[in-house]
Amino acid sequence: MADSHEWDWEPGAKQIDVSDWKNRFEWIEEFYASPDGDHIAAVVNQAEGEFSVCVNGEPWENPFEKIWHLRFTPDNRLAALISDSGEWTVAVDGEPWENRFGYVWNMQFNPGGNAIAVSFQQDMKYGMALNDSPWEETFLHATDPVLSEDGLHTAASVQVVAASEAEILKFQEGTISAAMDGVVWNNKFVNVWGKAISRDGNRLAAEVRVNLYDYTIAVNGAPWTRTYAGVWEPIFHPLSNAVLAPVRTQGKWTVASDGEIVWKNRYFQLWHTRFSPDGKKLAAIVSPTFGKWTVAVDDVPWSRTFGDLVSDLTFSPDSQRISAVVKDQDKWSLVVDGHAWKNTFDMVWNPVFSPDGGLVATKFEKNGKKGFVVNDQFLDFSCEDAWPPAFSPDGSKILLRSVENDIYFRRIIPVSELNIR
Amino acid sequence: MVEPENKPDETIRDEGIEAGAARLTEDKIAETINRVLNVEAGARLRMYVDTCAHCGLCSEACHYYLSHDNDPHFSPAGKVKQTLWEMIRKKGRVSPDFMKRAAEIAHTQCNLCKRCSMYCPFGIDIAYLMATVRRIIHLLGMTPLYIQATAHSHAATMNQMWVKEDEWPDTLQWQEEEARSEIPKLRIPLEKEGADIMYSVIGPEPKFQAQLLYQAAVILNTAGLNWTMPATPGWDNSDMAMFTGDNEIMGRIKRAHFETAIRLKVKKIVMGECGHAFRSVYDTGNRWLSWRMPPIPIVHAIEFYYDMLKEGRIKIARKYSEPVTLHDPCNVVRGRGLHEKARYVINAICDNLIEMHPNREHNYCCCAGGGVINCGPPYKLARMKGNRIKADQLFATKAKGAKTLVAPCHNCHSGLEDINHYYGLEMNVKFISDILYEVMEKPE
Repeated sequence: MADSHEWDWEPGAKQIDVSDWKNRFEWIEEFYASPDGDHIAAVVNQAEGEFSVCVNGEPWENPFEKIWHLRFTPDNRLAALISDSGEWTVAVDGEPWENRFGYVWNMQFNPGGNAIAVSFQQDMKYGMALNDSPWEETFLHATDPVLSEDGLHTAASVQVVAASEAEILKFQEGTISAAMDGVVWNNKFVNVWGKAISRDGNRLAAEVRVNLYDYTIAVNGAPWTRTYAGVWEPIFHPLSNAVLAPVRTQGKWTVASDGEIVWKNRYFQLWHTRFSPDGKKLAAIVSPTFGKWTVAVDDVPWSRTFGDLVSDLTFSPDSQRISAVVKDQDKWSLVVDGHAWKNTFDMVWNPVFSPDGGLVATKFEKNGKKGFVVNDQFLDFSCEDAWPPAFSPDGSKILLRSVENDIYFRRIIPVSELNIR
Repeated sequence: MVEPENKPDETIRDEGIEAGAARLTEDKIAETINRVLNVEAGARLRMYVDTCAHCGLCSEACHYYLSHDNDPHFSPAGKVKQTLWEMIRKKGRVSPDFMKRAAEIAHTQCNLCKRCSMYCPFGIDIAYLMATVRRIIHLLGMTPLYIQATAHSHAATMNQMWVKEDEWPDTLQWQEEEARSEIPKLRIPLEKEGADIMYSVIGPEPKFQAQLLYQAAVILNTAGLNWTMPATPGWDNSDMAMFTGDNEIMGRIKRAHFETAIRLKVKKIVMGECGHAFRSVYDTGNRWLSWRMPPIPIVHAIEFYYDMLKEGRIKIARKYSEPVTLHDPCNVVRGRGLHEKARYVINAICDNLIEMHPNREHNYCCCAGGGVINCGPPYKLARMKGNRIKADQLFATKAKGAKTLVAPCHNCHSGLEDINHYYGLEMNVKFISDILYEVMEKPE
């Protein structure tokens, strides 16, 4: 994660009036607030075919023909995909990369925020670019891009054999592989999908389909010896470096490690596996009975289930607690350690734990208004727009970012003043 | 019932079926059939097989049967008899040639339209039985070439038409720019987290029907809705893997679709005028993944237009004057009951709706759906001959004055265009959005 020690955690509120932006420009698009809350920005249209980004009331110096996918990096830089003279690239704080492409998309950041990666197409060849450095090798197509946690490596599924649409047998012999940093595996597969890069950057694991029916995980191109009727995205064990993935066998799902099944229970569905930060627990979103959803921790599903969905599975930083977004009978809420909150929402965002795991905060929407909730208690704010809250490194304060009556607010509030029971 | 003869069409040679059959042995066939029948299909299949009284009342429901002068080969029960019953009777010990014929029947002589289920005294879902045959054919690797290629596209790109990842947002931005010449501040908002609606379409729209994206953008903007479209795979709601019996790929592409909506934090998905995609997101694909209902509510275009007109968000400047008739698509009428809402919409935007007969849930299938049109050119003539009854129905409606044929489903639209040309019908085939866009009030 980006280091928030340097952020201004002095209690109080800062305001930026954004009410006149709509009068200064032809139109303004969605607001984005920086993670530290110091900046509010939006794509703005200045004239026909002339776009800029307005940051705290000041437009970027140079306009562009098109701008999309404006986002703040975790370390508070402002990045966007821009087009100028018919070419596309990334602009960071208004400065375009030196490299230009036929098209760029799939912008990703690593948690530290030091890496910006995109997929690119140039002359109908495909690859990835990391911090303005494109892959030397390009491919017929590249999909399912991934950026390593340390921001040093990129990988994608790549098409390495040309085949026309009707060449079904050629497709079934394998036309697709994976490449990390532009270096392609030796093996080809029918399909290659979700990938993970090991922490040391030496291994790339991916879901592969070896023929029309058999699925497995390949690591650096070598498939597990055992195949399954289905697999989902692999992850690396943070301590042992083993590769784990959900696998489907005899019509049900479970977890395999380095090819062998390691969970005893079988589920109607199992995906989004996550290790706790200390690497000692493995959790997943599971469906223990048809149409019911919950979280399983080390193969033990919570007894409380939800009818619609479970998403955004999140461990506390101390690895002791788990929360997730849930939806049941069309109402959204959070579940923490198997206990559902009493409040429900029209929409709720990902849970955010305090450093000691004692508090769970999030952003929600209800009756057309956004707001914040901590440990199932509403905070006294009602906003047109809001961003997920953040806790200070010592857990004593909370950062709230919102737009209320055309005023952007950055508030730092001591947790002790929230009156959370 | 008369014992149906087994007469494959010798004029058709499908490379997908032939190549697959060449690799088969009777042991492999038997093992695969028995695995599907005994392990995958289970009680539902056994109940249907045990319940069927062989009464033949399903026959007159089938457009193939009616179009082939009541030839029992083409009755629903006859098609099951020529395929699944024989597999069961012989405990899977059937020949590669038998399986070739089964592939032709299951993939190109049944649209899985479920009209026959309404005429069965026991309500047996005969489409499920034919889909089970397709599952066996998939596992034997002998799916017809064109639809197999489409399933490969789904697997490789998460869309139906081999649309590359950059081509999707690039096309949306192109259509946004085009539309701004008409409505200067129009937007197609990409990746707008927290929007109320994610709008999703099927692969052919960016591939060769980009005007539909333009029209949708005008409708959604005019209605003043908070909406978005994803810039990532997951934008396509279509699903030919559902029709090839490749359930694993069906699940994978439905997961991509729904998890895209979950990631964007939208409250509902509004989809374009597609029938089979609705079946996949509302019934088969979601349930294969263990979502009893769609995890994010799905609203078909018909229902969406109904809501917009009923709420007054879309106003009509002048109604479409040419007399129209309405084709009820199987998957959103028998599958969802949207026929009355479709009529509300048509009457709100058109001066004169002339009903075809039969209609609503009794309407004849277009003969394109269920993946049949996706089996491609080798079967086009068979498809045309298999729907003479539809042409008769449309000629009768045209004789009453209908000039425009409204088909709120992509496959229906394409199939009816083929019927239009083959039988010399000379009707204007349109989507609802073609007319709605034309007659609605638009912002200055």
